Amino acid sequence: MKDPAVHHDAEIGRTEVKETTCYMCACRCGIRVHLRDGQVRYIEGNPNHPLNKGVLCAKGSSGIMKQVSPARLTKPLKRKANAKRGESKFEEISWGEALTLLSERLGKLRAEDPKKFALFTGRDQMQALTGMFAKQFGTPNYAAHGGFCSVNMATGMIYSIGGSFWEFGGPDLDHAKLFIMIGTAEDHHSNPLKIAISKFKREGGRFIAINPVRSGYGAIADEWVPIKPGTDGALFMALTHEIIKLGLYDRDFLIQYTNAAELVIDDPARDDHGMFYRDESVEVTRGCTDPQDKFWWDRNQGEVLTHAEGADPRMLGSFTMKDGTPVKTSFQLLMERVESYTPDWAEGITGIPADTIRRLAHEMGVMARDHKIELPISWTDAWDKEHDTVTGNPVAFHAMRGLAAHSNGFQTIRALSILMSVLGTIDRPGGFRHKAPFPKPIPPCPKPPHGPEAVQPNTPLDGLPLGWPAKPEDLFVDDDGEPVRIDKAFSWEYPLAAHGLMHNVITNAWRGDPYPIDTLFLFMANMAWNSAMNTVATREMLADQDENGEYKIPFLVVCDTFASETVAFADLVLPDTTYLERHDVLSMLDRPISEFDGPVDSVRLPVLPPKGDSRPFQDVLIELGARIGLPAFTNQDGTAKYKNYPDFVVNYETSPGSGIGFLAGWRGKFGDKYLKGEPNPQQWEQYAANGCVFHHELPRSYQFMRNWNKGYLHWARAHGLTRWAEPITLHLYSEVLQRFRAAAQGKWPGRQPPERYRERIETYFDPLPFYYEPLETQRIDKKRFPLNALTQRPMAMYHSWDSQNAWLRQIHSHNYLFVNPQMALVHGIEDGDWIWVESHLGRVKCMCRFSEAVEPGTVWTWNAIGKSSGAWGLSAKADESQKGFLLNHLIGEELPLTTADGSQHLSNSDPLTGQAAWYDVRVRIEKVEQQEGQASEPQFATMKPLPGQLNRPRQRWQAYVAGLFGRK
Amino acid sequence: MTQLALVIDLNVCVGCHACVTSCKQWNTSGWAGPMVDENAYDANPTGTFFNRVQTYEVGSFPSTETVHFPKSCLHCEDPPCVPVCPTGASYKREDNGVVLVDYDKCIGCKYCSWACPYGVRELDEQQQVMKKCTLCIDRITDQTLPEAERKPACVIACPTNARLYGDVHDPDSEVSIAIRERGGYALMPEWGTKPANHYLPRQKTRMHVTEEDLQRSNNPLTKEDITVYSGEETLDDVSW
Amino acid sequence: MHPAFSVIFLTTLIGAGQGLFLALFTGQLYSTIHLVEAQPASFYALGSALSLALLIGGLAASFFHLGRPERAWRAASMWRTSWLSREVIVLPVMMGIVFLYGVFHWAGWTRPLIVLGDGALPIDPTFVLGLLGVLVALALFISTGMIYASVKFLQEWSSPYTIGNFTFLGTASGFMLAAAYSALLGNTLVGFFGTWAVIATLLGLATRLASLLRNASLKHKSSLQTAIGVWHPRIEQTSQGFSADSFNTREFFHHQNPATLALIRNAFLVLVFPVPVALVILAYAMESATLPIVAFAIQYVGLLAERWYFFAEAEHPQNLYYQRIS
Repeated sequence: MKDPAVHHDAEIGRTEVKETTCYMCACRCGIRVHLRDGQVRYIEGNPNHPLNKGVLCAKGSSGIMKQVSPARLTKPLKRKANAKRGESKFEEISWGEALTLLSERLGKLRAEDPKKFALFTGRDQMQALTGMFAKQFGTPNYAAHGGFCSVNMATGMIYSIGGSFWEFGGPDLDHAKLFIMIGTAEDHHSNPLKIAISKFKREGGRFIAINPVRSGYGAIADEWVPIKPGTDGALFMALTHEIIKLGLYDRDFLIQYTNAAELVIDDPARDDHGMFYRDESVEVTRGCTDPQDKFWWDRNQGEVLTHAEGADPRMLGSFTMKDGTPVKTSFQLLMERVESYTPDWAEGITGIPADTIRRLAHEMGVMARDHKIELPISWTDAWDKEHDTVTGNPVAFHAMRGLAAHSNGFQTIRALSILMSVLGTIDRPGGFRHKAPFPKPIPPCPKPPHGPEAVQPNTPLDGLPLGWPAKPEDLFVDDDGEPVRIDKAFSWEYPLAAHGLMHNVITNAWRGDPYPIDTLFLFMANMAWNSAMNTVATREMLADQDENGEYKIPFLVVCDTFASETVAFADLVLPDTTYLERHDVLSMLDRPISEFDGPVDSVRLPVLPPKGDSRPFQDVLIELGARIGLPAFTNQDGTAKYKNYPDFVVNYETSPGSGIGFLAGWRGKFGDKYLKGEPNPQQWEQYAANGCVFHHELPRSYQFMRNWNKGYLHWARAHGLTRWAEPITLHLYSEVLQRFRAAAQGKWPGRQPPERYRERIETYFDPLPFYYEPLETQRIDKKRFPLNALTQRPMAMYHSWDSQNAWLRQIHSHNYLFVNPQMALVHGIEDGDWIWVESHLGRVKCMCRFSEAVEPGTVWTWNAIGKSSGAWGLSAKADESQKGFLLNHLIGEELPLTTADGSQHLSNSDPLTGQAAWYDVRVRIEKVEQQEGQASEPQFATMKPLPGQLNRPRQRWQAYVAGLFGRK
Repeated sequence: MTQLALVIDLNVCVGCHACVTSCKQWNTSGWAGPMVDENAYDANPTGTFFNRVQTYEVGSFPSTETVHFPKSCLHCEDPPCVPVCPTGASYKREDNGVVLVDYDKCIGCKYCSWACPYGVRELDEQQQVMKKCTLCIDRITDQTLPEAERKPACVIACPTNARLYGDVHDPDSEVSIAIRERGGYALMPEWGTKPANHYLPRQKTRMHVTEEDLQRSNNPLTKEDITVYSGEETLDDVSW
Repeated sequence: MHPAFSVIFLTTLIGAGQGLFLALFTGQLYSTIHLVEAQPASFYALGSALSLALLIGGLAASFFHLGRPERAWRAASMWRTSWLSREVIVLPVMMGIVFLYGVFHWAGWTRPLIVLGDGALPIDPTFVLGLLGVLVALALFISTGMIYASVKFLQEWSSPYTIGNFTFLGTASGFMLAAAYSALLGNTLVGFFGTWAVIATLLGLATRLASLLRNASLKHKSSLQTAIGVWHPRIEQTSQGFSADSFNTREFFHHQNPATLALIRNAFLVLVFPVPVALVILAYAMESATLPIVAFAIQYVGLLAERWYFFAEAEHPQNLYYQRIS
């Protein structure tokens, strides 16, 4: 061999390096793609990128294998006339034929009844365009995957503090000293979080992981506190109880920046009981904000408007206003609420010893109080008070789906938000920090349409398909209070369903409840497999026909890059490109990649040509829009307005002359403006020249306390991030929720729920958080199903779907059910045994793996490793289908019916937000008898290879060498 | 003599496998490639990897530690795999201490793998020669690369910076300091192989809250004393 | 360790080949000093051919062990450090000597070069070759044994018993074959070779039992604690880092259950030692011409089992790292 010291990689073949943005998961790191003779040689993190700073995870480093996967779709496909759905028999058609077929069908629907068309997308980050397409089409039936992902996290926090974990905010580990991670093991923004946690730990920060399972980042925590699934709310309530009891709360923060000291009407006889006492005659900004017409009880003067000069308000107490109205402070109500939520009570619910709960509360409280950070940054608050420093209470939290994916998740996350607020950690150093465009008003301004009249033939939807209801009038219901959307989002069933309920679309459309639809268009959503709950039934529904042989869901369009299980059910398949073959924007209008210090957005640039006849989905949507004649995509004369997606991105403005477009950087004719500014024809080039990323760093004085930071709020208004520069007071007490409750109690002057929802709304729309047992648990026999079952994604596949990836699948080709040996041995189950896992829906067969890192009442597995035979370009006998399994088969998309329900089907979701309650499922396990065979169950008919699928003869060996692979 | 090596910080490794696949993608198209995969889309997919991340559980519930453990060739100072090689294909570089295999000389007898207690050599089942971590020899010695990039691919990729790289013979290098100050240790020291790669142990941060911390004079609850006196009887009314 | 048949055949075949050569020369030595009946040249020539055939067979088997057999010649280069390299050198030397020994006998080049001990001990070229061959055979036994015994990580192998086993068991099978060979020819040396075969077998039994006993109470130096450097009495692997098998799970594991292992151990303990010995004694008593052949055949099969077990019983410390998939 040649001496490696004289081997220079760059001298082999024609090499180039192109910068773009990764999309092996939702994290969106900057990457440099090295090419050799046109093939990807090496993908490395872009060291200048604010997100990943040069690092790259296992997925990002395996992008090469995505390009060579035999699962690639390369041709538009139409289901063969004589084939049934699900049989995976297709014929190739041209793009012309495909688009004609689709535009004719959709054009007709739009002219007749636009809501017969439903567009649901699995992965977000393209919502700015897909949402706009739906609105332009005029259908309300649009959402992305947020409803089955973590909408409870978004709403629970945004309805409390005006921002949320996720792309919109996170733990400030640069300043924190105590970090509590609960209900998450790994998360997107995964590389930034990994970078931050390791730095935090190296600097001696204390890291506590609270989770039923010790995995993911929790592995390196200083302490693991196992908790029973779905009981986090009880823990937060008990922690808050202890913190208030000991006076460990941040009194000044609570008074100034939350509604803790604000006075709530306390007279159950009155209709406005539970509302803030307001003086509506005061001249304050009103609109989509929280008007400052509320009161404090000053120690000396009694009732005063909030933030009155020199006031010294009471935090606790009951008072009587001058007009005789009895009131209590919010904090008084909160204290009364947490009174009974003692650590000893919580021990019985959470399985965490009461002493541990007390110690955790003490650690949080003492760290927040005694280890304050003072940064020498002067700022001005919204009431014109100058501050010389920014104070931080260095206790940071991070949480995600472990809290969210329960039917009590919204109130649990409200409880967490309140705990974080009580500790005084919101948008302060070492606590929770917002990311642009957040914070936003509570709740944010966009609203769904308010009634069926918003849906009209050949007309764009009057309103946005998704939004943030603040009162019953914001619901999207008809005069009878019944839903307008196919997924029943924003109805009385799920009033705050800010991300829709994708998990119920197929069931509802199949049942025709609330109405049948015609065309369901799924983009990048594996709804016949791991994105669906109750998978077996979902597959049946997709293929179900009425007595005339018509499919219950008449037309199914699937756009994907790979031969997923769902593709087999499509009537029309549109081949998408990979992330290395397209333009993309990670837009401020959707979910940007902002940093704590200011807005960041980024783009993808194609580094390779599209494979086969695959086309970027956005190009397809824009052409489709033009063909159907959607106003935003057509000129007056009916011709297409935009050549393609890149052209659209540069030239589109949210409204003519708004200066707001998909990309925030290098706006204006000369590229000298940002966030707002006229279109810049050179915008793509500017992004390309800057590593594909735009990062605006705010002045230091705008980087903290943004809910109440006058400078920041005005800057945000001036740059179009928000319509209002009003302070965003934290909602310890949620008047928004109380409005819905009042409606259910018949005390709201406007819309009221149908009778059958009154009790549900009254119970769950509690303005203060409370703990309740998850809905499924309330309905099933806990003795029969004693275990909670959870799923997680392994880090090497987190937020990716890469069973088709030859490298990543070697790390996880199949999955096991992890069980605590204490529990398993009671059932006579040994490590490695085949076992049955049964829920109220059915059972699956899988192998078990002992683990001491799981709470004994919980079992869990890696999600979406199990695949259907033949899908994803894998052989019929691949481990994924023969040894792997999918827990989704056991998780209901609807709650088990009780006699009280009658014919009413309820989604297995949070009753406030419609968040899919994945983690509520309860199961039992038992050993498989020997004669029952050694393959996972259920099994499905093998999916056949599709025409155009890269059908290399299946070879035993695959030796990838860039520049040589597959070439003679 | 220079001895290049990795120091792997188990205190921050979260087991993400970034080092596993970044290694694979660099090396499969590099000097040490290809890294062949067998049954890439079939049952039992298996291939050559120079680096694996394993998971161990330490202790019993609830005092369980989950330890993620990346492992690749440790580039022993006294590598037992080298003298046993009958052809000289296995060798240790004099200039930087990296242990390498010359595929052109390897006869695929696998004897070197027997002589490695760490299980870090993997036979390429297609080419039938022994392959192993090269510390990305074609990166670290490539003077045409910018200096910041003259590191193994795994080190560059690692999101938690859990992989330090440098000369363990230079007492002032980052790796030597880490080994010295943070309890760096060698694997299976009982064999005297003197691995150049070291591991850094878990470290715990604890918080001690005292009773005094919980009872402070500035407790905000004292500000909320709102007892209302309604003239009820007191000792003042009845005693003398 | 995974018992690879290439290596099992290599070591048993060359062991028998070396042993047969030792037997032939022992016969020659004894006949030279008239302790046994002299044999015709064809006896030595054919015997050497048989020995050579076994050595060639072993060598051929070894090629199946190599990934790149076409480069096998390179293996001779590192004799300073590698026992494998030494074996690669010594084995052809052995073959050469056996070849010459046979040829010299066949060609009748047996004129004494010198005569020692008052004419009692004529030293002819075959005698010199034979003596050399004994030394080389010993060197080969040691080289082969040291390939295994020198891997200190394989503690089951890393003992002088390994050398003893390879030497005595190879010798035993060679003498056993010589007895069978003599029986086939119908000459008078059956009892002579049989006696030596029994002695070698019993020596082999001693070393093999000693190694089994040693291995039964062997304390492995490495543990999960030293493997990952974490000091806690309870450590379990939950993931080896990949889902299917790999070189590390194929090469170092036998993937057999303990019952199979015990069965094979018991089988070789019976087939290698008591049965052939009993058959040899029986053959002597019954003057049977077939029983010695049967004795050799059974012992050889037993040795295959013995060698299989030799590999299977060795626990490589790397196995600590490859325990579980998840």
